[in-house]
Amino acid sequence: MQQKDVLPMKSEDSDKREAATPEIITGAEAVIRSLIAEDVDTIFGYPGGAIMPIYDALYDFQNKVHHILVRHEQGATHAAQGYTRAGGKTGVVFATSGPGATNLVTGLADAYMDSTPMVCITGQVAAVLLGTDAFQETDVIGITTPITKWNIQVTRPEDIPGAIAKAFYVAKSGRPGPVLVDITKNAQVGKLDFQYKACDYIRSYKPVPVLDMEAVQKAADVINNAKKPYILAGHGILISGAEKLLVELSDKAQIPVASTLLGLSAMSTSHPNYVGMLGMHGNYGPNINTNEADVIIAIGMRFDDRVTGEVNSYARQAQIIHIEIDKAEINKIINADVAVHADAKDALTALLPLINKADHAEWLETFRAADRMEEEKVTRKELYPTEGQLKMAEVVRLISEQTNGEAILVTDVGQHQMIASRYYRFKNPNTNITSGGMGTMGFSLPAAMGAKVGAPDKTVVAVIGDGCFQMTLQELGTIYQTQIGVKIVILNNNFLGMVRQWQQLFFDKRYSSTEMINPDFVQIAKGFFVPGRKVTERSEIAGAVKEMLDTPGAYLLEVVVEQEDNVFPMVPAGAPLTSIRLE
Amino acid sequence: MQKEYTVTVYTEDRCGITNRITVIFTRRGINITSLTTAETEVPGIYKFVITVMSNRELLEKVVGQIERLIEIHRAFVHDEDEVVYQELALYKVSTKSLHNGDIEKIIRDNNARILTITPDYFVLEKTGHQQELIGMLQKLEPYGLIEYTKSGRVAIVKWSRRFHEHLKDLSLLEADNLKD
Repeated sequence: MQQKDVLPMKSEDSDKREAATPEIITGAEAVIRSLIAEDVDTIFGYPGGAIMPIYDALYDFQNKVHHILVRHEQGATHAAQGYTRAGGKTGVVFATSGPGATNLVTGLADAYMDSTPMVCITGQVAAVLLGTDAFQETDVIGITTPITKWNIQVTRPEDIPGAIAKAFYVAKSGRPGPVLVDITKNAQVGKLDFQYKACDYIRSYKPVPVLDMEAVQKAADVINNAKKPYILAGHGILISGAEKLLVELSDKAQIPVASTLLGLSAMSTSHPNYVGMLGMHGNYGPNINTNEADVIIAIGMRFDDRVTGEVNSYARQAQIIHIEIDKAEINKIINADVAVHADAKDALTALLPLINKADHAEWLETFRAADRMEEEKVTRKELYPTEGQLKMAEVVRLISEQTNGEAILVTDVGQHQMIASRYYRFKNPNTNITSGGMGTMGFSLPAAMGAKVGAPDKTVVAVIGDGCFQMTLQELGTIYQTQIGVKIVILNNNFLGMVRQWQQLFFDKRYSSTEMINPDFVQIAKGFFVPGRKVTERSEIAGAVKEMLDTPGAYLLEVVVEQEDNVFPMVPAGAPLTSIRLE
Repeated sequence: MQKEYTVTVYTEDRCGITNRITVIFTRRGINITSLTTAETEVPGIYKFVITVMSNRELLEKVVGQIERLIEIHRAFVHDEDEVVYQELALYKVSTKSLHNGDIEKIIRDNNARILTITPDYFVLEKTGHQQELIGMLQKLEPYGLIEYTKSGRVAIVKWSRRFHEHLKDLSLLEADNLKD
């Protein structure tokens, strides 16, 4: 009886329509044609039994859609994230049912935390087999419900175009996020009368809040009366494209701007009012002055615990203006004195004309003074060491200098991430791609790959730790097969460095399972036909970075760095920002 | 302060919506003590009534995270004073006990009603608050209680003004506008 679902749905009615519009196609073809209608030209994926009809349909559209065959489905998700964040288009992922689908979980969770739009399409066993523990059946909807913005299972071919249309709308609109469309095999092979309609409205979903002008006026009044105003710029600035407005606001009222990890590159590092990065390993001034400002203007950020430290002592003295598109983030961690529930661009557009010109030179100078202290205690010896082993920071400095800060920096998770984020000098928006909220090791190699595909004209440099690299290094296979010219820099300290740092500082130097006995990374690259070089000496490093950048195509540079280096400044986890340590 | 709250959620009719809502409670370790859901007077729109032991500050955040879900219209948290609510219980009792005159008094005192009688058992229905339902349960216990069952909560908000109108307005809108 249930087999009916598998058969093409043909009523007398649809026979008549067929005559008018001869568009009876399979569900699988409808998937590809729906994606093309959404202007998709790149898919990251991996085939398998339950998604084979879709791959078969894809075969006929190779001139329109470029499928990049990854080496692991997790790689496909991170590649899609990198693709989106570098190029702006929603990344698309294909995976099969069962293990293919479960391998998407880390990437979905990462994209959900970091508000990255992504559409994942998974194959599923035939509808009649759902719930029966069929081969490669897994409850992917159940598994991904808490880590997707939306998901849906499609069991009938005629529901495919509508589901995909909604998926793109949900993924991109409001606070973006990943969505998953699970399509049973019978829906892929069944037929439908294809007609694609885009979606830009769902009755129960209000992605763009109506701007409350009273709140904007109140925010303006508070800012205009501030003595020590302070902007915290988050990822929302980049997502909404409000970078220029941010700079205008800062210039007009001379307000210092600090960035969250994901907000990096929203404002040029060299802008005189840019004061640095927030957070556990952020800059000294931005952290310490959080508890000095009288008005904090938080834009498109969510007061992550890595930013706030101990919440109870966070900015008690300040009035908080929180501009945020996701209402659930307002008052979640830090109560807002003025909540502006809005898209950052809309809010800043409305706010700017209400802001008076002002000068806060004395206040800005306190950041500079803090910088000088950080420079003396940390930065100088990190960036310009003259003896001892190579340091991560000097490698990052060289990359930054030699690319003129114009490369897209893709980082993984740990010490190298914090060092790269601290010392790379960003010039243009959307040139920082990292795993922030989830802190997913193994993120950067596939993400860099996706970034290069999304922004082919840009230099893409992945800075990766030796531990992280070994989590997803199989994507070198994708890089070779697809000829993706990504520059890979492994900062190798033969340790899981950040964990080791914590063990040193908080666990009495008991280095439990953090030492890595590593393979020969250059040989591994060679095995994937990616040229590379290993550097251990300071005298060679500048030339090696140049060689990497000058070599056409992919390149792997392994740099052996000081083993037991620590990242400072550091706010111990859960401690007040004032307890920030410089050494 | 931990006390009982009623959370109401208006949703689209969608497979899996219960899971979407409940995982948000689960993540924060909030135990759901009862959950009732049914279609509202507007076809395609469902209402959930969820009771939990928690505190208001936390629940405001939970409700915010529920409202963020794509297929949710609105979600609210109410304390006991903000809602008029009822629960319903059924009691299956041995028919033999009817010979005892006390049963009639229990039924009368509790405003219970008899739904069915067979030679072996009869079924009583009572609506009220949990304590009242349990009160009658305890009274029936000595008379050969065979089975007891109780519903979750149905609740109406005291401060609501135009929920019904609002739901009717929603029914005039298409669920989505997949456009040509």
